[in-house]
Amino acid sequence: MNRYFKAEILGNLPLNINNNLLTLFPLEPVFDPKPGQFYMLEVSDSCNPLLLRPFCCLRKTPENMQFLFTVRGTGTALMKEFRKGQVIHMIGPMGNGYPEPLKGCTPVVIAGGTGIASLFSFIESTAGTCRVIYGAKTKDELLMLDELCKAETSMTVCTNDCSFGEEGMVDQIFMNFLRSNESLRSSCVLYACGPRPMLRTVAAIAIDNHIKGYASLEENMACGFGACLGCVVNTVKGYKRVCKEGPVFPIEEIVW
Amino acid sequence: MIDLSVNIGRLKLKNPVMTASGTFGYGEEYAEFVDLNMLGAIVVKGISLKPMEGNPPPRICETPCGMLNAIGLQNVGLKHFLKEKLPYLRAFDSRIIVNILGNSVKEYVKLAGALDEAGVDGIELNVSCPNVKKGGIIFGTDKKALAKLTAEVRMAVKHSILITKLSPTVSNIAEFGLIAEENGSDAITLINTIPGMAIDTETWRPRLANITGGLSGPAIKPVAVKMVWEAFRAVKIPVIGVGGIMNVRDAIEFMLAGATAVQVGTGNFVRPTATAEIAEGLWTYLEKKGINNLKDIIGGVNGASTNSNSDN
Repeated sequence: MNRYFKAEILGNLPLNINNNLLTLFPLEPVFDPKPGQFYMLEVSDSCNPLLLRPFCCLRKTPENMQFLFTVRGTGTALMKEFRKGQVIHMIGPMGNGYPEPLKGCTPVVIAGGTGIASLFSFIESTAGTCRVIYGAKTKDELLMLDELCKAETSMTVCTNDCSFGEEGMVDQIFMNFLRSNESLRSSCVLYACGPRPMLRTVAAIAIDNHIKGYASLEENMACGFGACLGCVVNTVKGYKRVCKEGPVFPIEEIVW
Repeated sequence: MIDLSVNIGRLKLKNPVMTASGTFGYGEEYAEFVDLNMLGAIVVKGISLKPMEGNPPPRICETPCGMLNAIGLQNVGLKHFLKEKLPYLRAFDSRIIVNILGNSVKEYVKLAGALDEAGVDGIELNVSCPNVKKGGIIFGTDKKALAKLTAEVRMAVKHSILITKLSPTVSNIAEFGLIAEENGSDAITLINTIPGMAIDTETWRPRLANITGGLSGPAIKPVAVKMVWEAFRAVKIPVIGVGGIMNVRDAIEFMLAGATAVQVGTGNFVRPTATAEIAEGLWTYLEKKGINNLKDIIGGVNGASTNSNSDN
């Protein structure tokens, strides 16, 4: 089993103007990722851009592995040009991933935008027991909706511009959920991934309601495997590496 | 029979490939990717007397062909290193060099003495970190301070070899190399990162919380090669070259400029197998060139013996 390996690109499907679904086939024996673990992807074999880019694995099957990405800068712009047959280097799976929910608890999954990529396989693995709140700015930015509906899970979708689903932000939906599910509250555990301001807000709501939970964080990374110390986040126990001790942290441990 | 071994003072390395301090953790972070036995030496993350928590994030950002970092020397401290990290490294057939940093001569002396006693193969004096307020670079850019520091640490070190890692932010690197040599260094390492800065044009904020950081990666390689060449011509002790080495060609370039050994830094982040690949690549290169002894290429650059001034 190799944690540094080559993979062949099988497909690179545009889902909308900014987001692509990348499908790869590892050319070497690799480990299976836990939900929430991530990979470093080589975007160029020249030295510009130099660093690999971290992405959560959407899902891995014996046939392939899939990643969602948003075009944000030079690296992801190059990724949009990935063609079938191209071979890239990858490192992973890295990081801790989401802890498995304990028996009897109700995982409340909150995803914002491409944060769904990190939580997708968690939702699949807890189908039937988890409650999903998924929000994006617009209908166009809600990704993998058809697939999520297949997971037979209770899901509330919302958009900021009310172009689809309920109107508003995930934190409002989360508060409504807690208000109308008083009896479930004590068994709820939050699993969240999305933009930092969203995570801060939902974590605060959870903490106010004595709900435990986990948030998956993003940081600039150079190596992805714990060596460079570049991706630290401030926690109540000091700086911790997002790539090694994270990316998933208990919400009460993060200094928001 | 091809011989890749080189000597740094009285320390023999089976090949010239080392890791650059701060990019290789304490070795264990790479064990899954590289056979650590294949390395000439492992230079571990800089150690201070007490643990240091480092700078607030964001600590790194990418720049063209390179990256800026302001980690701020986060490390586990001497005691934890000796107890938890050093025993792990000892299991490998690779030389162990410990980079050290302090806020005073006294601190450097204490660290060096303890590590020498613990039996590490080499001690690398970090006098060139651009990312901490006290210490570090103050010693590396002041000739008197560097002389005093090197001389005093020399007296505390009996068994390990002593290496001084120089800063590129001096007007004449050869002078600083000579000071290290005259005061008892067995070798000099150059260059550390070059101070730099990047600004986000949307938010108008610096891209690092520390505002400035150290530039590394291929972007700094030509600067490093030049400084290695200048230092090589000035000193008699071995020069260890570092700065943007990504592959075997880069390593050879440094050796032709005068490096006896090379350190791979940022290259490890991009290809965690880089060090082992370079060690193998050196062997292949020598075989192809019909050279038996790697030492024969050190300082072998042609047609560069007289002109030491660039035209601008």
